Amino acid sequence: MSRETADLLLQEPEARVSSVSPMGLAWRRLVRKRIAMAALAFILVFYLAGLTAPLLTGVGLITSYRQQDLEQALQGPSLDHPFGTDRLGRDMLSRVIWASQTTVIVTVATLITGSLVLAVTLGLVSGYVGGWVDTLIMRIGDTFASLPTILMLILINATLKDRVRDVGHNIEDLTGIGGIVAHGVPDYLLVFGALSLFGWVGGARVIRSQILALRETEFILAARSLGASTPRILFRHLLPNVSNIIIVSMSLGLAGIAGSEIVLTWFGVGIQPPTPSFGAMIFEASGVRTLNAHPHLLAFPGLIVAGLLFSFNLLGDALTDVFTPRAR
Amino acid sequence: MEGLTSYVARRLLWVPVILFVVTFVTFALARFGPGDPVRVAAGQFRDEEAFARIRKARGLDKPIHEQYYLYMKGVLTKGDLGDSFRYQGRSVNEVLFPAMWRSMQYNAVALTITLALGIPLGVFAARHQGTWVDPSSISAFLLIQSVPGLITIPFAFLFFALKLGILPASGWPQDCQVQLGFLGQSYECIGVFSREAVIPILALALPGIAVWGRYTRAFTLEVMKEDYVRTARSKGLSEFRVMTRHVLRNALLPLSTIIAFSLIGLIEGSFFVETLTGIPGIGLLSFEAVQGRDYDFIMAVVMIGATVFVLASIVIDIMYTLIDPRIRYVARDG
Repeated sequence: MSRETADLLLQEPEARVSSVSPMGLAWRRLVRKRIAMAALAFILVFYLAGLTAPLLTGVGLITSYRQQDLEQALQGPSLDHPFGTDRLGRDMLSRVIWASQTTVIVTVATLITGSLVLAVTLGLVSGYVGGWVDTLIMRIGDTFASLPTILMLILINATLKDRVRDVGHNIEDLTGIGGIVAHGVPDYLLVFGALSLFGWVGGARVIRSQILALRETEFILAARSLGASTPRILFRHLLPNVSNIIIVSMSLGLAGIAGSEIVLTWFGVGIQPPTPSFGAMIFEASGVRTLNAHPHLLAFPGLIVAGLLFSFNLLGDALTDVFTPRAR
Repeated sequence: MEGLTSYVARRLLWVPVILFVVTFVTFALARFGPGDPVRVAAGQFRDEEAFARIRKARGLDKPIHEQYYLYMKGVLTKGDLGDSFRYQGRSVNEVLFPAMWRSMQYNAVALTITLALGIPLGVFAARHQGTWVDPSSISAFLLIQSVPGLITIPFAFLFFALKLGILPASGWPQDCQVQLGFLGQSYECIGVFSREAVIPILALALPGIAVWGRYTRAFTLEVMKEDYVRTARSKGLSEFRVMTRHVLRNALLPLSTIIAFSLIGLIEGSFFVETLTGIPGIGLLSFEAVQGRDYDFIMAVVMIGATVFVLASIVIDIMYTLIDPRIRYVARDG
């Protein structure tokens, strides 16, 4: 950091006049990376499309993911259907957009529960409190890390799905709200729940190791001697100092989360049809004969998925550069 | 060294605890699910009497902790991993170990290729920092790493098997008795030498090369900034010597931990690679075991996987201190 500060001081007057927050500084450095900005743009378009899928359907830009037109089945790309149609005559572009909604829901939910809440809280507490609490949290982490993740995710999803669906049906009956199960809410819950359960360990370990060093610093000592409570020290003093690490580890994890959902659904244990997901679309299209006859069924969803994961990785790489110039 | 010994001792003490939790949770989870393995095992016999008989024969009528106790007793005393439900009349040991052998073959080859190409490519990119070669190679690495095998493997089959017809579409050669004494005539018994293995190996190795290229580049750049590298150069050592003796040696240190993770990555990768290519290895069989509620098989895979990983991470920590004497384990790092 000292290098950066020195650079900043050298660029006199502006730097002195407009003081820049560390986040503002990072943002400026990120904006200068053109590839990262392109990746960010792709991600934003993807998320926007995913979030507005119902709206886009409402105004008639795309069709519902269920709408079939058997006379138009298995058409190649055309003006009417830019991505072609699948074997039930459903518009592939619409299905891709609806599938991105699934990806958006799962990545955001997993990010918030797994990477933010679990990883940050457990990492902070483990590093700061220490003692048996630390040992316990880290051993639980070891336990999760020692499991073959994909196998466990498949196992959890395969075994618990019906139970969670039953709970969903019960809630529907009790509250009178319809369509919870039909909209795939239990599937979403299970997929992102399982992903979070296995996703927090890496982040928590990194945060903990930083906190171990930070808690010996003078400003924490000062805060403590002023009588600040532990939660206050954790969230007001320590958290801001590891925010860069949190951003980096979150962005590096995104591609993994999105990819895992697709793999799970591909195995048939994730999001269930008719809720559209890239995993199911890729699975249906990947038989050699199908692929030979109708390559567009795999090519378009595949391109979008590859583009998204590529963008996540590019952005993650750029953010790593921006936030931790010396590390790695 | 004393610090290390007690550190290792403490880590080892946790191993049984971790393994107990892992196995018990898996055991409970597998039995908690829908679908009844008894019905699978009963096959065409659909009467209650047959179900009850099978349930009793397998001990499924007992409470879960008792079932767990009996199972673990068998594992620990006789090395018996139980009976496969899906493969009637065969023990898990009989089904599991050949599958592991198949997976290990192509995974080992893929890992070798990964390291043999990934490390030099990473060094190459690092040496060209500041020119167009470096950023474009990183982008290429990232791209290769990003495209999931779920998408590339079907296209690979389409082109190499269907269009060009130079590789078989999927499958794995029939196993035959491997003469451990020597290759001689039996090398065709080792599946990895067959043409069926080409696409799976590539599907695993290419992303691996990309990952290793990026890591190697990052660590090499870090080390190249060090004073001792400048000293080595100013002593007039050849560039090759500087790179191999001074830079790579230090850069590979942090990379040694990543080998463990890429091993895990390969195992996870083998799930979809095997499902797509029809290799009857550990990935495909575990997936089928989950689908078919083959309790004992799932248990065996999780148990072996967890044990290997927990022990491997301890070994890596020890190796780390042996390679790099600068690292010390202090008492508090429980």
